[in-house]
Amino acid sequence: MDYATLLQILDSTIRLGTPLLLACLAGLYSERAGIFDIGLEGKMLAAAMASGAVAAITGNVWLGLLAGIAASMIFALIHGLASITFRGNQLISGVALNFVASGITVLIAQSLFGQGGRTPPLEGAARFNPITLPFADSLQAVPILGPLYAEVISGHPILAYIAFLAVPLTWWLLYRTRFGLRLRAVGENPAAVDTAGISVTGLRYAAVAITGLLCGIAGAYMATALQAGFGREMTAGRGYIALAALIFAKWRPWQALMATMLFGLFQALALRPDVIEGVAGFKIPSAALDALPYVLTVLALAGFVGKAIPPRAGGEPYVKER
Amino acid sequence: MAKLPRWADLVLVPLISLILAALVSAAVLLAIGQSPMQALSVMFDGALGSASGWGYTLYYATSFIFTGLGVTIAFHAGLFNIGGEGQAQLGGLGVALCCLFLPWPHWTVALVGASLAAALFGAAWAAIPAWLQAKRGSHIVITTIMFNYIAAALLIYILGEVLRPVGSMDPASARFPADLGLPHFHEMPILRDLFVKYGPDGAVKLNAQGLPVYSRVPANITFFLSLVAAFGVWLLLWHTRLGYEMRAFGKQEKAARYAGISAFKIIMVAMLLSGALSGLMAINNVMGQAERLLQNSAEGAGFIGIAVALMGRNHPLGVVLAAILFGFLYQGGAALGLNTTIPIELRTVVQGLVILFTGALNYMVTMMLAWIFSVGRARGAN
Repeated sequence: MDYATLLQILDSTIRLGTPLLLACLAGLYSERAGIFDIGLEGKMLAAAMASGAVAAITGNVWLGLLAGIAASMIFALIHGLASITFRGNQLISGVALNFVASGITVLIAQSLFGQGGRTPPLEGAARFNPITLPFADSLQAVPILGPLYAEVISGHPILAYIAFLAVPLTWWLLYRTRFGLRLRAVGENPAAVDTAGISVTGLRYAAVAITGLLCGIAGAYMATALQAGFGREMTAGRGYIALAALIFAKWRPWQALMATMLFGLFQALALRPDVIEGVAGFKIPSAALDALPYVLTVLALAGFVGKAIPPRAGGEPYVKER
Repeated sequence: MAKLPRWADLVLVPLISLILAALVSAAVLLAIGQSPMQALSVMFDGALGSASGWGYTLYYATSFIFTGLGVTIAFHAGLFNIGGEGQAQLGGLGVALCCLFLPWPHWTVALVGASLAAALFGAAWAAIPAWLQAKRGSHIVITTIMFNYIAAALLIYILGEVLRPVGSMDPASARFPADLGLPHFHEMPILRDLFVKYGPDGAVKLNAQGLPVYSRVPANITFFLSLVAAFGVWLLLWHTRLGYEMRAFGKQEKAARYAGISAFKIIMVAMLLSGALSGLMAINNVMGQAERLLQNSAEGAGFIGIAVALMGRNHPLGVVLAAILFGFLYQGGAALGLNTTIPIELRTVVQGLVILFTGALNYMVTMMLAWIFSVGRARGAN
């Protein structure tokens, strides 16, 4: 494999890893606050449809992004209502909302555009286009680092850079602010937070709303940056891969970055069977690469790759008095 | 919280959840400019309006009974098995290997063999998550989700590279020998009389040999097997020591452990049975209908099992009724896709809403009912 191919693969790793990263961080907030969310997939899908549709109608991708975030927030609020207010089963609520999203996106896209559940192809200002970072062209001549900067680091849509910035931001928010301490506490021991006079409900709704926001960006990235428009089931299990990455990362932001980029790399490699064959010397079925994130997650869960221990109060509705 | 009478909990809660799901779906239809009443009448016509509609509805229901029972049995042991989809696909693989590579003298023998294979493969696919939960404490929900994806990847590989006949482009196995086909409703004596076709003059349509012509339906003998399975699950859960242990473990794990019930045994047995039941679904769709193994053979039935179990209040009888309801939804949804401009995905929305209202917002529904009952009681007292 030559350097140019390596750069191509790293570039697609970032391209494909970005939605995983956003969704993974989204899940991190919710689960750290004690609300399991297997509905990341559905929120991304709803956001992808809403952003694709609004961008197609208005021709403005920023309005599309807002619509995507709004759609994802609505799903997040329903999940919050079921799991916080009505103390329902969080896992079942997530599963249910995934189904609702899977169906309703097609229903709406079909009734709006009549193109078999797709939105029309987006172009120009209706998409997030790649940004060339400063000096990318002039540094091109620098050996090794120049092409790395120009090909891999530069040339992604703004949402990708937002995703990467969200990692240190999340770290800072979780570990260096009062809100973060409370958020983590409410996922471990909500009764203690309650005793301190802080609203468990309020914190959990805040966390779920942040999850909605980030999933919204992830979905908008899918429909308006990674691809040019919404197509049915376009998230293709990415919400579950993000969930897997979250467990693999043991619910920590920097590790989430590593895990999602690793899983992004698998996806990038699955698209390039020629490269794998050249490096490994034999043919690896692409299905094996598709399955790899899930296998790794199972191993992580089983404690073979370090023990993954979820937030202690995760999945448990908080009841003030018994 | 006020307690509801038992009948209300069993009948009213699912019924109200269903009505709420239907109302929300109707609102969605109105929002996209369609008529809910028209949709409902097309669904009724397509699924229940004719014998052949019933033939499809019961075919889907058969699959859902199996996967619903699978979810139910795990639920009773306090385990949420989302892996029915993967287990059903692996069950399909078992059926395919069994039908393709073993010589069977007669379909009846093959049915027994294929059922064992389907159950075995489904159980095997549930065994790893079960073991990981029992021994290493990995959350069963997450591992079974992961195993669904691993199963999908495995089948893509097996169908694309191993079982695909030489020269074929489809990622599917070869056809099973024709003599292994299971009898469908329209091929069974007596039952087939329901499916006779009538000519425009109202007379029975006859073929060249002067025999009546029947409409072909996919519902097959597996439907009766699924009813037997439902009865078996009921016997197991409420009339055996093992069933008692499972329910005790599901209700109060600590107490069950203290009473000497082995957590390892219960988790393994419950998940193996759950996987076996989901796997058995493959008899219906793979052996009974497709007669070869296709990619994504379970077509989401594993997930519908969750809705069916919740709607059926985790009771085998409820599961059978809920499965027929979802069979109606599936066949009716297909009729919508064919005869109207409403996309077939409406059924996914309804399915999601039913799961939401019965499984996650059940407390809301119960609270509503409890309030209504308390108002009623107050009136009665006056």
